[in-house]
Amino acid sequence: MSSGGVIEHFSYIVTVFLMVAGLFIVIARGNLIKKLIGLSIFQTSVYLLYIAPGKLLGGTAPILAPQYSIYSNPLPHVLILTAIVVGVATLALGLALAVRIREAYGTIEEDEIVARDNAIEDAEGAGS
Amino acid sequence: MGRPGGGIIETIIINVLLVFMVLLVLALIRTRNLFAVIVLSGLYSFLMATVLVALDAVDVAMTEAAVGAGVSTVLLLGALNLCKSEEAKTAKRPWLPLALSATTGVLLIYGAMGLPDFADPQAPIHQHVAPRYLQNEVDIPNVVTAVLASFRGYDTLGETTVVFTAGAGIIALLRRRKRDTDAK
Repeated sequence: MSSGGVIEHFSYIVTVFLMVAGLFIVIARGNLIKKLIGLSIFQTSVYLLYIAPGKLLGGTAPILAPQYSIYSNPLPHVLILTAIVVGVATLALGLALAVRIREAYGTIEEDEIVARDNAIEDAEGAGS
Repeated sequence: MGRPGGGIIETIIINVLLVFMVLLVLALIRTRNLFAVIVLSGLYSFLMATVLVALDAVDVAMTEAAVGAGVSTVLLLGALNLCKSEEAKTAKRPWLPLALSATTGVLLIYGAMGLPDFADPQAPIHQHVAPRYLQNEVDIPNVVTAVLASFRGYDTLGETTVVFTAGAGIIALLRRRKRDTDAK
């Protein structure tokens, strides 16, 4: 029964946009904190990718009650509950790394970090 | 089922919220001040929680509002406190990342067009294992809790492993910092 229209697939299109926007932030922005926010946007788009197909129009949340007969699919909800917690764990670890990099280099801008690394390598190469 | 026209109104509400999310992400890409970016990402998480309520995923929405919007924002603000709050302006225009992202997006949308329609009751996702879960085999009214605790308990075991590893990593990273400053 797949008619393939844009309206019927609007949730997928938004999901893809959010995913690609997160990817763009991760690649194009040099600031490490901004990169991590892009990564979490990417992760969040996956929640939408899983949960939107489980929705049934006219359905209700999957909490059983005698007056309702249509429920949305509970399985994606279970999987994404796990994904949210894992997402925060990766964010926290990434932020800890950013703080350490800031302590070691005095900056969290990727360009400046690479420039300093290159300068150190050049100095070592000239010394030896 | 129930009220006539309820399906159309539900679809409109969900789609309007999704358009809000797109606008918010565009604002987030353009913003340079990191404090504003963090506030916007908290807003984004709350909007995502609202979308999840509209999609009937109430348990996920609660977790996203508490963990995604609450804990993440606190962690980001804590990290910002230790770092500089303004993002440097990159000199070159990001044409290559833009082209790469646009290509990926077009390919993914092309693939997504082959997926079942939104809220199609005949889609495989609604036919395979979900009807069995909804039969209330374990006698808990909240099906999400029942599936989480009784059918898919290993997921939570794996999740706990990840959280433990991340916590151990954070402690290892930040404890070394303290010893370094003591040495100085």
